[in-house]
Amino acid sequence: MNNILTQIGIENYIFLCVTLFCIGIFGVLYRRNAIIVFMSIEIMLNAVNLLFVAFSTYHQDTQGQVFVFFSMAVAAAEVAVGLAILVSIFRNIGSISIDNLKNLKG
Amino acid sequence: MDTNLALVLLLTPFLGFLINVFFGKSLGKSASGIIGTLSVVVSFVVAVSFFLQINQTKQAINIQLFDWIQISKFNISFGFLLDQLSVLWLLFVTGIGSLIHLYSISYMHDDEKMHSFFAYLNLFIFFMITLVVGSNLLVMFIGWEGVGLCSYLLIGFWYKNQDYNDAAKKAFIMNRIGDLGLLIGIFILGAQFSTLDFASLQTAIAGAHNLDTVWLSIAALALFIGACGKSAQIPLYTWLPDAMAGPTPVSALIHAATMVTAGIFMVSRMHFLFDLTHEIQTIIAVIGGVTSLVAATIGLVQNDIKKVLAYSTVSQLGLMFLALGFGAYEVAIFHVITHAFFKACLFLGSGSVIHGLHGEQDMRKMGGLKKAMPITFWTMLISSLAISGVPLFSGFFSKDEILMTAFHHNIPLWVVGSVASIMTAFYMFRLMFLTFFNDFRGTEEQKHHLHESPALITFPLIVLAILATFGGLISLPGNSWLNEYLAPLFAKVGTEEHVLGTTEYMLMAIAVVGGLVGIGIAYAKYIKQNAVPSEDADITGFSKVLYNKYYVDEIYDSLFVAPINSLSKIFRDYVETGISSVVFGFGKIANELSYQGKKLQNGSVGLYLFAFVLGMCAIVSFIFLAQ
Repeated sequence: MNNILTQIGIENYIFLCVTLFCIGIFGVLYRRNAIIVFMSIEIMLNAVNLLFVAFSTYHQDTQGQVFVFFSMAVAAAEVAVGLAILVSIFRNIGSISIDNLKNLKG
Repeated sequence: MDTNLALVLLLTPFLGFLINVFFGKSLGKSASGIIGTLSVVVSFVVAVSFFLQINQTKQAINIQLFDWIQISKFNISFGFLLDQLSVLWLLFVTGIGSLIHLYSISYMHDDEKMHSFFAYLNLFIFFMITLVVGSNLLVMFIGWEGVGLCSYLLIGFWYKNQDYNDAAKKAFIMNRIGDLGLLIGIFILGAQFSTLDFASLQTAIAGAHNLDTVWLSIAALALFIGACGKSAQIPLYTWLPDAMAGPTPVSALIHAATMVTAGIFMVSRMHFLFDLTHEIQTIIAVIGGVTSLVAATIGLVQNDIKKVLAYSTVSQLGLMFLALGFGAYEVAIFHVITHAFFKACLFLGSGSVIHGLHGEQDMRKMGGLKKAMPITFWTMLISSLAISGVPLFSGFFSKDEILMTAFHHNIPLWVVGSVASIMTAFYMFRLMFLTFFNDFRGTEEQKHHLHESPALITFPLIVLAILATFGGLISLPGNSWLNEYLAPLFAKVGTEEHVLGTTEYMLMAIAVVGGLVGIGIAYAKYIKQNAVPSEDADITGFSKVLYNKYYVDEIYDSLFVAPINSLSKIFRDYVETGISSVVFGFGKIANELSYQGKKLQNGSVGLYLFAFVLGMCAIVSFIFLAQ
C-alpha cells in the first residue's frame, strides 16, 4: 500500500475525489429523475469515502477506514428508505420526476 | 390574659363575618342575624371589662403580638394599644353596634341577602376595632382602609340600583383622596422619626430638639386631610349625604355614629403632633366651623328625611373639628359620644318611619305619624331635643362646651357655630313636624298600613333615647367624669377647666335661647301655618341654591371629573393610538416579511437542492477565506 500511494501520490486521490464529488453535485442539480439524483448522491458519498480511505493510509491511521464502514452502513440504510419513498411517490403520482413533487409548496 | 381578651374582642366579629359569608345562606335569616349580633355583643362585653379595668388602674394596656415589618432600624410591630381613648371608642362602637345589629334583624328581614348584610356589618365592626385599638399608625391604617371598604360594600348593598352604585363609588373615591393624605402623613412621620408607634412617636416628638417644624406641619396637614375624607369635612364632605343610599341601619352605624368619627379619633390620637402645629389647628377649627355652617344651611331645605340627618351629621362633625382645632380634645370626644347616641337614635327612628311607609323617604309625603308610631315619635323627639341643645338633654352639655371653647378662643367661629346650632334646631324640628304632626299626606293605601315597628326595632330606639337623654351626665360642667378619665392622655385637660362665671351662664343662655328660637320658627312655619315644602320645580331663589347643595357636586364635576374625563379621552384617542401603532407596526413588519419569505418555498425540489449546494459552497469558501 505504501508503495502504491507513494507511486500515485495523495494529490491524485484528492483530484479524483473532487471530480467525483462535482459529478455528483451536477448530477443532483441537473437531472430531474429522482433515481438519478439518488445515484448522484451516492457518488458524492463514495467520493468522500474514498478520500477517507486515502487519508487514512496517508496518515497511517485506521480511524478513517473505520469511519468509512459506518458511513457505508448508514448509506445502505438511507438508500433502502429513500427507494421505498420513491416507490410510494411513484404509486401516488405516477412519476418520479422531481419537478412533479410540488405538494410541499408553502 | 389581656392578649387573649383583646384577641377575643377583635376576632369574634371576624368569626361572625366568616360564618355569615360562608354558611349564612344555609343557616337561614334568623340564625345569621343572631350570629352576627351575638359576635358583636361578645366584643361589647369584652370592651366593658377592659373599660372597667382601665377606669380603675388608669394604666394603658400595650399588647405586642409580633414584629410585622423590620427594615434596619425601622421596626413596626403588630400590636394593640388599649388606653382610655381607644376603650371609650370601643365601648360605643360595639355597644351601638350591638343595638344596630339587633335592629337590623327585624329591619332587613325581608331582604334576600340578609346574611351578606350581617357579614358586612360584622366585618365593619372588626375593622373599626382594628382602627381603634391599633398601637401604631400602620395598624390603624389597616382598619381605616377596611372600614372604607365596608362602607363601600354597604352603601352599594342594593347594587341593582345604579344610583346606589354611583354613591358607593363616590364614597370610596372621596375616601381614597383622604387616605392618600393620611398615607403621606404616615410616610413623613416614619421618615422623620423612624417609628410609627403612637407612644414612641409621642416621646420622639416631645423629646426632639430643634425640630424641623415645617415637616411636622406638613405631616399634620396631611393627616388632617385624611380625617377630612373619613369624617366628611369640606372639601371632601359630598360623599356622606350620598352615602344615605345604603340601608338605614348602615347610615346609623357607619355614617353617623362610628366610622365618620374615625377622623376625630385619629386627630385625638395624634394630639401631641397637632398641639405643636398651631397653624394647622387653626385650619382645622376654621374648616370645622365652616363645614358645620354650610352643611346646616343645606340641611334647612332638604326634603329627604335621611338627607336632612346626613347634613346634620356633617354639621355636627364640623362642630367636633371646631373643638379639635382649639385643642379641646375631651370636648370633641364628649360630643362624639353624645352625638353617637342621639344621631344613631334619629337614624334608626327614620328607618322605622321608612319601614312603616314601605320605603317612602320624602317628608312631603309623610305627616301625622305621631299616633300610628308613638314609640318612634317619642324617641326621635327626645333625640331631636338633644341635638337641638335643649337643656338637660345630652346634646346641650356637649354642644355648649364646644361653643364655650370657641368663645374663649375665637369669637367669629363661636358665632358661626352658634348660627349652625340654631339652624340645627330649626331643621330637626322641621323634620319632626313634617313627619309626625298634622295630617298624613301619603296615599290611602300607605295610611291603611301604618303601624308601629316591631319590638326588635323599638327596643334599640328606646335604649338610645335613654342614652341620648342621660349621656350628658358623663361630663357635667364643673364636675366632669370624662375629663378626669381622659386626663392621663391629654396634658391640657383640666388646665382649661371652665369656671362657671357670668360669661359662661350668658353663653349658655344664648345657646338655649337660640335653640328655642330655631324650634319656634319651625313650629310657626310648619304647625301654625301648616306649610309643606314646595315641589322640586317650584323651589326658587336662594333656597334653590341650598336645595341643590350649593351646586358643589356640579362644581366638582366640572372642576375635576370633566377635565379628567377629557384627559383620559385624549389619552385614548391620541396617546394610545400612537403606542399601539408602534406595537402593531412591528407585527405588520414581521407579517409582511414572512409573506414574502413564503414565496421561496415554492415546492420545486430542484431549487431547494440548488440553494442547498450554493449554501454549502458559501460555507466552505467562507471557512477557507477565513483561514
